This record gives sequence, C-alpha cells and structure tokens, in this order.
Amino acid sequence: MDTQLKFKDIVRAEEHRRQDDLGRFEYSYKAEITSVHPLTEMENLYQIQIIDPEERRNFKFRPGQFLMLELPGIGEAPFSISSSPVMHGTVELCIRKVGNLTNFLAKVGRGTRVGIRGPFGTSFPMEEMHGQNILLIAGGLGLAPLRAPIAYVQENRSRFNNVDIIYGTKDPSQLLFTYQYDMWRKDDINLHIIVEKANKSWKGPVGMITKILEKMFSKRNDPFYKNTYAIVCGPPVMFKFVCNTLTEIGIPMQKMFVSLERRMHCGMGKCCRCNVGSTYTCLKGPVFDYWTVMNLKEAI
Amino acid sequence: MIFRVIDKEELRKLFYILVADNTVIGPVQKGTDRDGNPIYVFEEVFYFKDLKLHYTTTKLPAKRYFLPFKEDLSTFRINGNDWEKSVDYNIDRPYIFFGLHACDINALNKLDKVLIESVYPMPYYAAKRKNMFIIGFDCIPQPYCFCRSMGADTVLHGFDMYITDIGNRYFIEILSDTAYNFIKTINAKEPKESDHVRYMKTVAEKNKKFTAHVDTTDLTKILDMEFQSEVWEYWGEKCLACGTCSMVCPTCYCYGVEENVEIDLRSARKTKHLYSCNLIDFAEVAGGHNFRFERYVRLKYRYYHKHRGFVEAYEESLCVGCGRCGEACLAGITVPEVIASVRGEEK
Repeated sequence: MDTQLKFKDIVRAEEHRRQDDLGRFEYSYKAEITSVHPLTEMENLYQIQIIDPEERRNFKFRPGQFLMLELPGIGEAPFSISSSPVMHGTVELCIRKVGNLTNFLAKVGRGTRVGIRGPFGTSFPMEEMHGQNILLIAGGLGLAPLRAPIAYVQENRSRFNNVDIIYGTKDPSQLLFTYQYDMWRKDDINLHIIVEKANKSWKGPVGMITKILEKMFSKRNDPFYKNTYAIVCGPPVMFKFVCNTLTEIGIPMQKMFVSLERRMHCGMGKCCRCNVGSTYTCLKGPVFDYWTVMNLKEAI
Repeated sequence: MIFRVIDKEELRKLFYILVADNTVIGPVQKGTDRDGNPIYVFEEVFYFKDLKLHYTTTKLPAKRYFLPFKEDLSTFRINGNDWEKSVDYNIDRPYIFFGLHACDINALNKLDKVLIESVYPMPYYAAKRKNMFIIGFDCIPQPYCFCRSMGADTVLHGFDMYITDIGNRYFIEILSDTAYNFIKTINAKEPKESDHVRYMKTVAEKNKKFTAHVDTTDLTKILDMEFQSEVWEYWGEKCLACGTCSMVCPTCYCYGVEENVEIDLRSARKTKHLYSCNLIDFAEVAGGHNFRFERYVRLKYRYYHKHRGFVEAYEESLCVGCGRCGEACLAGITVPEVIASVRGEEK
C-alpha cells in the first residue's frame, strides 16, 4: 500500500462544503479613495469606491454595519460606514486622526488604493421602525455611525413619524457634518445640538446631552414614548446616562439600539479582541439592543 | 467503531512505516527541569526511541503546528499607489501527530467549533487541521490534571486512531479509513473478550488516579452572580499579566494582526501573532481608552471566556483541564483554585 499521506488542498477539496467561505476569509475588495473632505481639524470624510464594477454592484450593506479598511503595510482597522446604503460599492467613512493607520490615512490623497473587507456585523432594524418616532442620539464621533440611519430616514422620510437628532460635542469646533444640518432640517428632522463648552460665536444650548433629553421629555407625553425607537452612539460614559434616562421615561429596552466600538483585528469572530464579556462585538454587534447590552458584562 | 490489538513491538513497526514517507510529530524529551523531572515537547521525530509515548504533559501544546505563534496572513507587492495581494495558508504537507493525549485532541475539537464550523471559517487553521493525521495515546493522570471535571479525559472524535496501553498489548480504536489501512500493514488482531476486560480494567484504574477537580455545576450562573466578587481582585493582585497561561493553553486562539513594509519598500506583509487577553493592551483602542485596564479585570475576562461565554455558545467549556496554565504560571494561579474560590469553597 501507498504509505504516504496525500496533501489536501482545502480550498479545492470537494469534501469541504464551505470552500467559498474559506477563500473569502482574507479576501479584500480593492478600492480607491475618490475624495477626502475635511470635517474638523481631527476628522476627515473619505469617500471610497470599489474599483471592479461587478464587485461594486454586489457590495451591499445595511445602516450600522462596519467594514475593515486596510492600507497594505500600514495596518487594518474597523470603521462604521457613514453613508447611505443606496450607494452600492461607494462608501463614506468619517475617520478621526488618532492612531497609526488613521494618521497615515490623513496624509494620503485621493487615488490611493486601499483594501476593504466586509461589510460585517449587525445593523439597525430600520424596517421595524417604520411608522414610529425615532430618536437618534450621538455624542462626539458617535455621529459617524448614525449618519447611515439618518440617510436612510431622509430617503424614506414619509415612512417615519417624528424624527429627532440629538447631538452633543465638547465644543462647537468639533461638530461634524455641519454642512448637512440644513438639509436634515429641510427633511423635517428636528435637530438639537448641545456643546459642553461654548465659544464666543456659539448661541445654542450648553451642557450634556441628557439636558436636552430632559427638556424634550417634559414636553411630550407617554404614548409618544411607547411608539419611539432610539439609536444611541457615543463614548462609553454617555451610553449609561442616556440609556438610563431613556429607560426612565419608558422607552422599551428592545426599542433602544446602541452601536458599540471595540478594538478589532479580524471582524469575523476569530481574534477575540472585540469581546465584551465573551460576546463578539463583530458578530453579535456592533448594533445591540439595550436589553442585550444590559446582560453583557462590562459592555458600557 | 473498529478495534484492534497489537503486540507492543508492532507499534515500532508502525512508526517506521509512517516515518518513512511522512513527517511525524511526537512527544520528545528536552532535558530536565530543576527538580530533575523530564521536560517534554512536541517535535519532529525520526527514531522510535526518541518518541516518549508515556510522557506526562508537554510544556507547550502542539498548537505551533496548527495555530503558529506567528504567521503571515498575506503579502503585498506595492507599486506606487497600487498593490497586489497574495494569500498563502502556510502549509505544504500533511503531518502525523503520534501520541496526542485526549485533552489535546479535545482542544482541537473545540478549536474546530470556533475556527472552522462558525460563520467565517478560518482557512489558515482549516488547511492545517485537515492535513493532520492523529494517533492518540492514553495518558497517566498527573496531580494537576482536571480534564475529567471538564469532560475531556476521553475523546470521541477528531482523531484517526487511539492507542491504550493495556499492559501486555496495545488496544487500538480506529476511526478513519487511512488509519485502518495503516493498521493492515502491521500484525493486528481482533480483540478477544479478555482484551476487552483488560481495557476496561485499565480505564477504571486510570479514573482512580485523578486528584484535581473542578466543580462545574451551574458554573455559568455562578460566574455571572460573582462578577463583582472580591476574589477576582485577590487573584488579580497575584497575576503578573505576563500571558504565559495563554501561551501554554491548547485552546487559546486570540490574536493580533500587524502590518509591516519590507525594507525595499516594494512589498509588505500582514502578520498574525497569537496574543493574550491578560496583556495590558489587549482591549485598548486608538486614542488610548482601555476597556480592560486593571489586571484583575483581564484575568476575570479570561475565565469568563473559557468557562462562561464558550459554554453559552457551544454548551461546553473552552477549557480541557490539561493543567498547563497552572503549572506554567509564575504566580502559581491554578484553575481549580480560582474556580473553587469563586464558588466560595474553602481551599
């Protein structure tokens, strides 16, 4: 008998029923930075387009999902998609210069080719929210992941009831997407902005996000909250206060969604870097309902 | 299931048949520790006399062969603003593992669940796992082994054949056709009733030798209830956050990815290296926020992943009870002690 074992090429091996999946693990779409738009001193909005036309057509995502962006030799990191899902294969990412990759990204211009893997993770259940009121609450850079559901709301405005965006930052210079505020208002979206520290030109309210919430809630009644969905994204400390306030006024936990941010090295439930308790943020999240978050240790 | 018995001398023949055309990995002795006890490692074996089948436990699991500590995920050719990516799963031949204990095979079966059978199967692991030919070998329980508590002292699948020393002969369990064909090349017989009796006696005797235990009853709930318990801070004070426990663990698969540009600036590589959730920057994000800054929080997280989260997802623990982490821990932290303290049991 032949005593030499045969080498199995797993990607070709017929016995493996999921050979396509295996090949996709490290597959990245080649994409190009088509525009870089500075939003503040720290954040840029990058428009990135998949180069291959067929891949571009087939690339679909839902509001709330994220992708892994890679600059070969520099690094790879997760970013939530901050643009409308209608634009297949062209995504916009709002990125703060804060680490190796993001600082490098700020230096390269349009025309640079990057790799993207994804989309990964869960999304906001936008269809479920049809016919309901929506509260979109963002703190600081938390507006980036919310821009996708906001775009969805704009495109389907008639399907939603009252829509409020409550947005807070440290100071007015950090406000993101300022050029869109008028468009949002035009689409009958109530925009409430608050800053922690005002400058001379700031005329709006000063304080924490919860201040706006409390003011808003004193004016509206119970039935309103029963038919309200909330989407919350911001720094960890904000979640606790905002979600507590929302629970107190009676928004059901299953109708409150948060988008969590964690370190990630794979996006596919392997590297464990994003684990909260022992739940993978990349697989079961990043969008969680508040009930799930309450049951996760150390989530917020 | 097919059983065979062979005379002890036949195993030597089988080894040389296998080693003639294949790469064989097995336990070999690498010197002794300061107490004079032998240190075993998994390594390529060429001679039967080097194969220490009655070894205790290797310091490191065999994971360097299927989850290497450092591995390239992809390489890039860079050309101005453009690049080409190429992917290699870093395996070119099948490996024969001669003499894995039940705990280490169970560890592979657990890894399969996360790395192959989950949503995004990982080809780097799958390619190596599918090219493993595994010969299990029965063990002698050591004072630190608590595999029996974790249900990992016996193994039902995930290997090709399993050998038990029943005194005068070897009793072999055959699971794959490849193994069946190999056995045909040596003088193997159908076991008789007397062999069955000897086998059962051997197993019964082995069971008596376990001294370390972990009570896993309701453990997921208890871990949840005791999340704020002070015992975690007690163990965190001892822990050095060195990551040794993950390094020696047969089921720790967490990793980090790093990219580097080659010195010629024309190519780059993306490298994966195994990591440990006990290391300080494991959950640190860009900007400096660390979700698990305190040592005890990281130590606690490791226990929650092994004994709670994995159980919730797969209805079994990620720990196989091999005891390597406790033996290797510089601070002397062992799983049975930690779990007992969380359960409020006296040490």
